[in-house]
Amino acid sequence: MSHQLTEAEVRHVAKLSRLKLTDEQVHNFTTQLGNVLEYIDKLSELDVENVEPMAHPTSMTNKLREDVVTEALPIDKVLHNAPASDPPYFKVPKVLGDGPSA
Amino acid sequence: MNMDITQSTMIELRDAIAAKQVTAHEVTEAYLQRIAALNDSLGAYTQVFAERALQRADEVDAGKVTGALAGVPIAIKDNLCTTFGRTTCSSKILEKFESPYDATAVRRLEAAGAVILGKTNLDEFAMGSSTENSAFAPTRNPWDTTRVPGGSSGGSAAAVAAGLCAAALGSDTGGSIRQPAALCGIVGLKPTYGLVSRLGLVAYASSLDQIGPMTRSVSDAALLLDVIAGHDPLDSTSADDDARGEGVDYLDTLGQPVDKLRIGLAKQYISDANDPQVNAAIDAAVAQLREFGAEIVEVDLPHTEYGIATYYIVATAEASSNLARFDGVHYGHRTDKPEDLIDLYAASRAEGFGDEVKRRIMLGTYTLSSGYYDAYYLRALKVRRLIKQDFDQAFTQCDAILCPPTTHPAFAFGDKTDNPLAMYLNDVYTVNCNLAGIPGLAIPAGFADVDDHRLPIGLQLLGPTFSEARLFQIAAALIGDQPAPLADYRLPG
Repeated sequence: MSHQLTEAEVRHVAKLSRLKLTDEQVHNFTTQLGNVLEYIDKLSELDVENVEPMAHPTSMTNKLREDVVTEALPIDKVLHNAPASDPPYFKVPKVLGDGPSA
Repeated sequence: MNMDITQSTMIELRDAIAAKQVTAHEVTEAYLQRIAALNDSLGAYTQVFAERALQRADEVDAGKVTGALAGVPIAIKDNLCTTFGRTTCSSKILEKFESPYDATAVRRLEAAGAVILGKTNLDEFAMGSSTENSAFAPTRNPWDTTRVPGGSSGGSAAAVAAGLCAAALGSDTGGSIRQPAALCGIVGLKPTYGLVSRLGLVAYASSLDQIGPMTRSVSDAALLLDVIAGHDPLDSTSADDDARGEGVDYLDTLGQPVDKLRIGLAKQYISDANDPQVNAAIDAAVAQLREFGAEIVEVDLPHTEYGIATYYIVATAEASSNLARFDGVHYGHRTDKPEDLIDLYAASRAEGFGDEVKRRIMLGTYTLSSGYYDAYYLRALKVRRLIKQDFDQAFTQCDAILCPPTTHPAFAFGDKTDNPLAMYLNDVYTVNCNLAGIPGLAIPAGFADVDDHRLPIGLQLLGPTFSEARLFQIAAALIGDQPAPLADYRLPG
C-alpha cells in the first residue's frame, strides 16, 4: 500500500473533510500525514485473510426499547447555541441561486 | 477542625463531613483557596464554579443533599457536558458552548452529593498525549512545571496531583486517563467499554471512549466508579447492570489476599526501550506479588506492536465522522463572511479546529475514502480482532496483566509537538486496552530521578472485561490505601 502522499491528495482530503487549509498547512500536513501513513502501513505485514473484522468491543446487537414518546429537548434550548436562528429554524446562507448571506 | 483538608482523600473528606468534624462549606472553601493560589501557574482548570460549588456545599451542610459523595469536591474534564458553565473540549469551536443537558456521569456524581468545583483542561477534543493541544493554554505537570502532565486528561491529573480537588473525572480513548495519571503520580482507571454511560461525553472515537475516575487512592477510585457505573437507557452501548456481576461492590475486594491470583507478564511490554526505572518498578511489583503468594506467569501478546497503527486508523476514522457535526450551523463557531454554504462549513471548521484535530479528521477521512477503505480501515478492524484475541488467550492463563502505562516519565514541553508520529508512539502501552474494550488501571509506583527532578512513574494492570474489582484488589495489595503524595509544587520564586 506504500505510496507517497501528495499535496494534491491532501487538498482533496481537506475538501472532503470540509476544512479550508492555508498553503502552509497543506505543505506541513503532507509531510506529517505522509509519515503517519508510512507508519500505519505496518499493518500490511500481517496476514488477515480469514480474520473477522471487529468494529466494536461489545458483542451486543441492536437494543430495542418500547416505542413510546419520551421527553425531548425544547426548541429554545436546542437553538440556544446556534450561531444564527429564526425559531424554530436554524439559519444558513441561501443554498440555491445568488441570494444574500445569512 | 484539625485535619488538613486538601491533603485528605475523597473518602476521608466524605467521612469527616458526615461526622460533622468539618463542614462541606469549609472543605469547598479550602479547595477554592488552593485553586486561587496555584491554578494560574498550573493551568489545570479552565473554569471554576466557586459560587455554585459553595451553594452546593451549603446544601450538604443543611442536610438537603446526601449520598455516597456528599460534600466531596470533584473536578470534571471539560469534554463532559454540564448545564452549568461551558463545555468547550478546550477548542475554539466550542468556546462559548452551553450544553442543554448534563452528562450521565456528572448527573450521577451530583445525585450522590458531590460538589463540582470546575472543569479541567484537555488536549482539544481529547486528541493528544500532553495537553499541549488545548486551544486555551497548556497545563503544567505539578511535579516539574517544565514538563507536560500527559494527556489528554492532563488538567484532571494535574488538579488531583496538586490537591486542587479531591478527585476528578477523565476520559480515555487510547490512554487519556492512564497516561496522565502515571505522569502525575495518581490512580486512574479506564473502565471496561460500556460500564460507564457515554451520554454527554463529547464523542471522539465512539467504540473506544470511556469515562473514568482519577484519584489519589485505590479506594477513592473504587468508590467513584461505583457511583458513575451502571446502565443508561440513553447510551445504547452501555452494559446491562448485571454485566459487572451480581452485587459487585468495588470496595469489597480491597484488602482481600491475592495469593490465589495469577499475574501475567508480557515480554512485549517490558522493552529495553523503556526507561530502566520504569522496568525496575515492574520488577519490584513482581517481587512484592510473589511475596504475597501470587503466581507470576509469562503471557504472549504477539500483536502488541500493531496497536498504534490500528488505533490511529480506527480512532481517526470514527473522529472524522463524529466531528462532522461541528458545521457552524447547529452550535459552535461560525465564520464571519461565508461565500456560500460549503464555505461556511469549511471556513468555520478551519477557524475553529486546531491543527491536531484537523490532522486526525483528515487521516480518518483518507483511510475511509474510496480506494483506501479496504487497505486501511477494514484491515485495521481485522488487526483489532487479533489484538483482542491476544488478550482473550492471555486471560485463560492469568487473572490480570502487569505492565507499564508509559515507556518514560513526563517529557518536556515542545519535545514532540513538531512530530505528530512521535507523539502517537507515546501511546504504545495504553491503546490496545481500548481496542479490546478491557479495563486498565494505572497506579503510582514511586519516582524516577530525571535531571535532578523526582518524576512519578506508574504501573498498569489490565484485566478481562468487567474485572475492575479484581484490578482494584491487586492495586490495593501493591500500594495499600495510602493516598498518592501531593506534588511538592510551590509557587515559583
